[in-house]
Amino acid sequence: MKEGKGVWVFIEQRGGKVSEVGLELLGIGRELAGKVNEKLEAVLFGYQTGSMVDELGAYGADTVYVADDPLLEVYNSDAYAVLMQELIEQYKPGMMIVGASNIGSDLAPRVAAKVNTGLSAHCIGFDVDEHGKLLGKVPGFGGAVMADIICPEDYPQMATARPGFFQKLERVEGRKADVVKVEVKLRQEDINIKVLGTSKEELTARPVESADVVVAGGFGIGGEENWKLVEELADALNGSVGATRPPCDEGWADLESQMIGQSGKTVRPSLYIGLGVSGAVHHLVGIQDSKVIVAINKDSKAPIFEAADYGIAADFRQIVPSLIEELKSITG
Amino acid sequence: MKELHSVVCIKPVPDQRFWDKISLDPKTQTLRRAGIPVALGPLDLNALEEALRIKESRGGKVTVVSMGPPGTEEILEWAIVLGADEAVLLSDRAFAGADTLATAYVLASGIKKLGDVDLVFLGNESLDGSTGQVGPQVAEFLGMSHLTHITKIDLTGDNKLEAKFRIEFGSIDVEVKTPVVIAVDKEINEPRLANIWGAVWAQERKINCWSINDVEVDRDKLGLSGSPTQVAGVTTIELKRKGEMLTGEPADIARQLVKKLQTDKVLPEA
Repeated sequence: MKEGKGVWVFIEQRGGKVSEVGLELLGIGRELAGKVNEKLEAVLFGYQTGSMVDELGAYGADTVYVADDPLLEVYNSDAYAVLMQELIEQYKPGMMIVGASNIGSDLAPRVAAKVNTGLSAHCIGFDVDEHGKLLGKVPGFGGAVMADIICPEDYPQMATARPGFFQKLERVEGRKADVVKVEVKLRQEDINIKVLGTSKEELTARPVESADVVVAGGFGIGGEENWKLVEELADALNGSVGATRPPCDEGWADLESQMIGQSGKTVRPSLYIGLGVSGAVHHLVGIQDSKVIVAINKDSKAPIFEAADYGIAADFRQIVPSLIEELKSITG
Repeated sequence: MKELHSVVCIKPVPDQRFWDKISLDPKTQTLRRAGIPVALGPLDLNALEEALRIKESRGGKVTVVSMGPPGTEEILEWAIVLGADEAVLLSDRAFAGADTLATAYVLASGIKKLGDVDLVFLGNESLDGSTGQVGPQVAEFLGMSHLTHITKIDLTGDNKLEAKFRIEFGSIDVEVKTPVVIAVDKEINEPRLANIWGAVWAQERKINCWSINDVEVDRDKLGLSGSPTQVAGVTTIELKRKGEMLTGEPADIARQLVKKLQTDKVLPEA
């Protein structure tokens, strides 16, 4: 398409509940819609969607396009992609943002190929240039560089957005969106993929890369016996444990699942706390997307203090117990 | 049972051990990658492994396909050493600078030329770009269904299979009719290591290099000019933050910190 109007966000739902990333997209979508002076429109596919539609109005959508059918109860790439293509061709949006969850990352590229447009992947920020074009901010090569991706000629300008990077709006009870019901003609016989079932994992510890709080230990932890302080602080914050390279080499932490940095995991928590972490660039590029960075290291010249929001130049063995005590007062 | 022809799409990526040697050219805003060795990405090995296991259990063959500049042959050779039957390198100046859509278009043109294909495997995302977009887009150009984030496959008939799609904190189990494009996760299998026979096997195989003249493509959809997305600018990242130091007795520091984190809304209020 060579033209389009309106900022669309795809609302992922699971088990009849709107996903958090969908609400976050309404937040960033509202900002973009304001910049280009267009409407913010949500697209919801599911079954028995009534209460979800109300939620989307309360969280800022001007319009909700809703397709409600048993075939759409659980995500199915065949069904969702075909339906989305029909919707885009009929209503011609200017921008379309999809969450970079596993479902969103599965859907968005197929839809982009179907409507022959560009898709910026896994954006962590958005802006609009002087011509009203969407700029998707994408980190590359372990995060050492950031690229602005643009789709100059085709519509909709599509992007996927990393979960956890955008703020949802304040919920306004009773705020209503215009609802456009989408007819679903598609039947199971028309497509190749059939959903057999779903399962849910009960996770004891969240993987570090998707944790909202990360407590990471560095070589300054000094030994396995001290490593449990890292774990205790993570527990007190209901967070996950990460590490720099040396603790993994020493066997205090797990290389595969816990190492953060250029050749390991990239974390994007709201809160990162580094204990005994010196702050090598290799590690810093893996934590730079954290909302708040706290560093505790007894070496006051450690480079991590410059890259931190809050620094404490002290022995973590003295600070951590006090911190755990203080946290009890807010978690109860 | 029917023998299956699997295609595995692999991508040359800069060897991870040399990533800190990659720098940004401030003039052209492109990455200086010259002289950086290429390697097969870890998930490409899982994709290849899955195809090889299907060949071993069902019969059939495995073809590896890649798009890249000359020099990419070495990763295809490696795939053959591991057990692939045939290899195709799609290489042409006209393909260069492609985004995911233009890349998928060329890969699909190569796969179409191979004729009957039952399964197309890819790693769920590459090590460098990590977009995970090429699989679903190849599927669109081939007119096949696609599955991504797959951690398990069971062949349940000549023309269908069951698969587990990993999603955050759970999974969706699906049945799909073949042909299908499948992007795999690392949990799907443990890739094999090369053995001595691989090198002997590889000596009898050759890598087919196909240029723009060997595949049916629309020139307007190729390379940089055929890519709907472009890089509007590249910046190196500033790692500096406010660096506010907190001092005092441990209990006092803990109180200050918690208060600040509450103000920043990363910790809940009491």
